[in-house]
Formats: sequence, structure tokens, C-alpha cells
Amino acid sequence: MSGDDEVTIAVIYPELLGTYGDNGNVVVLHQRLIRRGIPARVLSVQAGETVPESCDLYLVGGAEDGSGRTAAEYLRQQPGLARAVEAGRPVLAVCAGMQLLGHEVLGSDGRAYSGLGLLDVTTSPRETRAIGEVVAQPLTGPSDELLTGFENHRGATRLGPDAQPLARVLRGVGNGADVHVEGARQGSIVATYLHGPVLARNPALADLLLQTALGGPLGDLDVEGVARLRTERLATPRRRPWWRARAVRP
Amino acid sequence: MVSVIMTPRPVGAQDAPGAPWPWRTRLAVAAGKLAARSSRRVGLGSGAVVGGRVTLALEPGALGTLARGRRTALVTGTNGKTTTTALLAAALGTTGPVATNNGGANMTDGLVAALTAAPSAKCAALEVDELHVPGVLAALRPEVLVLLNFSRDQLDRVGEVNHLVAALRSAVADVPWCTLVANADDPLVVAVAAPHSSVRWVATGGAWHSDAVVCPSCARVLERSLTSWSCACGLRRPTPDWEVRGRLLCSRDGREIPLDLALPGVFNLANAAAAVAAAEVMGVDPSVSAAAVHNVGDVAGRYRTVNVSGHDARLLLVKNPAGATESLALLAGGESEVVLAVNGREADGRDLSWLWDVPVEQLRGRLVTASGERAADLSVRLQYAGVDHRVVDDPLEAVSGARATAVDVVANYTAFRDVLARLSR
Repeated sequence: MSGDDEVTIAVIYPELLGTYGDNGNVVVLHQRLIRRGIPARVLSVQAGETVPESCDLYLVGGAEDGSGRTAAEYLRQQPGLARAVEAGRPVLAVCAGMQLLGHEVLGSDGRAYSGLGLLDVTTSPRETRAIGEVVAQPLTGPSDELLTGFENHRGATRLGPDAQPLARVLRGVGNGADVHVEGARQGSIVATYLHGPVLARNPALADLLLQTALGGPLGDLDVEGVARLRTERLATPRRRPWWRARAVRP
Repeated sequence: MVSVIMTPRPVGAQDAPGAPWPWRTRLAVAAGKLAARSSRRVGLGSGAVVGGRVTLALEPGALGTLARGRRTALVTGTNGKTTTTALLAAALGTTGPVATNNGGANMTDGLVAALTAAPSAKCAALEVDELHVPGVLAALRPEVLVLLNFSRDQLDRVGEVNHLVAALRSAVADVPWCTLVANADDPLVVAVAAPHSSVRWVATGGAWHSDAVVCPSCARVLERSLTSWSCACGLRRPTPDWEVRGRLLCSRDGREIPLDLALPGVFNLANAAAAVAAAEVMGVDPSVSAAAVHNVGDVAGRYRTVNVSGHDARLLLVKNPAGATESLALLAGGESEVVLAVNGREADGRDLSWLWDVPVEQLRGRLVTASGERAADLSVRLQYAGVDHRVVDDPLEAVSGARATAVDVVANYTAFRDVLARLSR
């Protein structure tokens, strides 16, 4: 921990990187500490501010192409996140967050930008957007609980030799490159395309990050309702029949 | 208003009001009406969409034919379309009958149904789904297009907001004769409307800025002050022609028109301002419009209060984080019990991550029930927010079992529609 007893969760540029309920991952991490009696606080780092290197946990959320590019531009001038990764501090990167931690991102608008090179992945555009429920089997980690999430992206993210896939895709698209895998892990970085938010649906993944941050095991914590949510989301999603597929909406 | 010589809206001989429809259109309309009536009779709904679809299948150009000879205003945006259209229809209604799709059916089939239902109306006030605007502009040839606001909504269907802005910007470039009534406080709307030759800017305020943090033109971070915003690339808040100040609508030339609404909420003042500004473009005096919108109290079931087993249940529709945040502000300080109802069907958007962008923490200490087909998602959200609540999957059961007499039912699209349909039975 960063000198005092309080666990500090840093949220990188929440206004730029917060398109898909990313705030939920922050709330879940914070509450899972507080409810275990561990003092914790959330530090929102705004674009243009210095990224501190000594927080206990970092969150890099999702964004549209333009905001992702702008966030990467700001972050490239900030050594804080790279130093934190070097020191083994855990980072959760979701969607555009995963892309911009990698080497390069080629957007669906044909414009490319350099990432931070902290994660050995490269992203190019997919032909079609990957949208829908995902179920995936974790490949490493302390828990083999299935991962559930909702993906919505047009990236094909290829892993280099230094990054390991987070999970094998059982349903959905995942990283969308040639291999049927989801997300990436490298050192203390956990990266994924899953929204939902991913930590609300997968408390084991939240606790994995917290354990890395605290450097030791955590006691069990049951949050009412999560079990039902997981059961529902892991079940085969029902699709509307084709003749009712076109929806009318206000 | 930017004064530029306007290209006149093309008016042809076929534009003569009251000219009879060609036989093919008449046949297609008759078949559509038959289908709509059958749909109603077997209890499938209003039949508007089915009827519109049948008409379009028989005559794909029906929309243009049905709109011919009418003065048309379109309303689009993420939130407030249905309400603003109802307010605009009320304002235009002071001049005569108005064709309008006031049931929320806002895609091409719904527009056809609305025009079919009012064949002799010389005016039309139509809400159009934001994705469908580019496809219907050429056929409808509107005099006015109202652009309310754009924020993230159904990312799995509509896609990302900036792509929508780009599509709309190129679509309005093809209709230079159409006057845009556009929200000056929403950078995404300004990015669509700024290049246009004829715009009435309406300043409405608005609490939701989370989807316009970066400039929609260049992706730089926008500079914001309390009342304005600008970007280094030159995109900035335009000087408004109309501005909402408290309950007054103020024009740039000093007119002050009181907006006295039966509808609740600050966001409805913004909707009314857009409707009054649009009606003025169509020739209705703003004071006359303001008096007409005063009487609109229930828009397709929204804000309606119904009695459910002894409870007074007020129905509120929310579809996305911007709308939900506004609606929670409306509930603040009240004592009512709150029933939240959320579904995750195609029409709602299947991804409910946005629930985590809504400050439900505000509901701590209130009596709250989570319901709907995705009550589990809602319940986990409330749990982590520290909001004590019950879980009752069926929204009407949740209302019947409420502990307080006054209940606010806050529901998303299909949950709202289902509640309304069951209450109307």
C-alpha cells in the first residue's frame, strides 16, 4: 500500500475512458475492500493531470475511437502508469483501455495511433462489430469460475509472445483475431473486452486484482444478488425470433 | 440566426396540397389499414407498425407520396423525442389538424402509419429515430428538423455517438432548405448543425455532459465553463436564438415567454423550448405555442399516474444514463416508493452496463424495489450502491406490494410498454 493504511484505486481519465459503465468496476473494487473492513479510496485522474505511480490499483476503461486516441496521447506523456506496472501494481484495462496499453491501435476510421507498449498486443479493425454476451473459461488465475460479460467492439486484438490470453471463449467473439481467446494478462496487467461491468459479474476477477494489490489472500465476501446474476448471464442468451427482430423504440 | 440566402425547399407540381394519391399508394394504404385493424383485433398492439410495414411492402415509395403537400417538422435526438413531438403537435395544432406518430413508433413504418392515419392534415409533427433520419429526409422534405441532444444510448444498437454525429452531419448537408432547431448546449448537436445555412439555436442547459467530454470534430478535450464550452479547433457554443431561463423562454431580441407546463422536470422545459422554436419556424406565434403546450400532461403514458391496487403509481420512462440521471433528479426530495423496472430486450439494448453510470446512490433511505426481466442486474447495482431494496420480478406485483401509497415506477422501454399495456387492459 502507498505509505498509509488506505488502499488507493486510481481511475485513469474517467471522463475520456468511461463509455460503457466503467464506473461500475471502480464501485465494485472500492466496495469489496470497504465491506471487508479495509479502508480504501478512489482517486480520479483527469486528462492533463499527473498520473501517480504509487497507487495500489489502476483502472483504464473503455472509450470510442476518438477519446481513446486522445487518452493515449495524454498517457504517453505520463511515466506514472509504466512505473506502476514495472513495480507490479495491478492494472485492469477494459476494451479501449486494453487496446491503448498495447503497441499500436488502428481504428475503424483508418487512423492509427501508438499505444503505451505496456502490453504485448496490437489492434486492427474487424470487418464487423462484435456485439453480445460472452462466456469464457479463464486460462490462468486462482479461480476457474467462468467469466461472463458483454462485448461491443470493432477491434481485432492480436497477442504477442509476452502476453497470455485471459480466457478461452466459449460463446461470443472475444479478442476477435485468429485464436478464440478473450483478453490478455502480462505481469500485473489484466486486460479484457468484457463490459457488464466485468467486475460486477465476476467477483473472482475483482478479488484477483485486489489480492495482487494487497499482496495476500482475502476472506470470502458474498454480495447478495451476484449469484443470481451470474446464473442468468451464463445461461444461453435468448434471442428474439427473426420475425420480431426489428424493434420499435421511442 | 445565421442569415444566408436560403435555397428554397423544392416545390413541384406534384406538391399541390390535396392532390389525390396514385392508385398504388391508395391500395397499399388500404392494405396497411386492414393489417393494422387485424393486428388490433387479435390484441397484438396498436397495429401502427404492422400497417406501416404492409403499406411499405406494397409501395416502397409510400413515405414520400404520403408526405407530399404537407408542411412537416421532424424531431430527433436521444432523449425527449416523443415528448417534444407531442408538444410541437400541440403548438401546430392551433393552426389545424396535425399528423403525428405519438406512440413512439418512429421508424419508417411508424411514420407511414402516422401519415396514413391523418390523410387530410396539412401539417405533420413526426419523431424520427436518430438512425433513420438520413433515410427519410429526402422523402419527407421537412421544413424543420429539431435536434434535441445526443448521448450514449443502446451502444449495442445505435453504436458509438460520434459515428451517429458524422452520419447526421452529412445527411443534413443534402437538405439546405430545411431549418434546424438545434440545442446550443450539446456539442454533439452543434457538430451536426453548425455547418448548416439555417439554424435556430436553443440553449436548454442540461445536466448530462459525460458523452461530450471531447470535441466531436477533433477529439481534443473540450474547455468548459459554467455556461459555455469551446474547442481549440474552433467548434464552440453558438449564440442562442432562444434560451431557457428558469421558467421563461427568452429570445435574442428580448422577447420573454413564460413556459408553464403540466409536465414535470427541468428537461421538459428544454423540450418545450425546442417545440416552441420549431413551431415559430412553421409560422406559429411563440405565445400561442406556449399556451398550447401548457395543456400537454401525459405523453403516450409517460408521467401518467394510475391507480394500482390502492397505490398512486406515476409512470416514468428512462432509456439511458442521461435520461435516468434526469429522472432521479426529479425524484429527489420526494417521499414516494420507487419501483425500478429494467428489461434487456433488443429494443432496450441488451447491454445494461449503463446502469452503473446512473447515480442510484441517491436512492439510499428510500423504499426501493428492483423489478423487470433484468431485476438481477439492477439488484447487484443497488447492492453495491448501498441501497436497501426488495426484488420483485413483476413490476405490477412490485407496485401492488408497495408499502407507500405514492409510487414512482421508473422503467426502461419494453418494461414501460408492458406495464402500460397491462394497465390499459
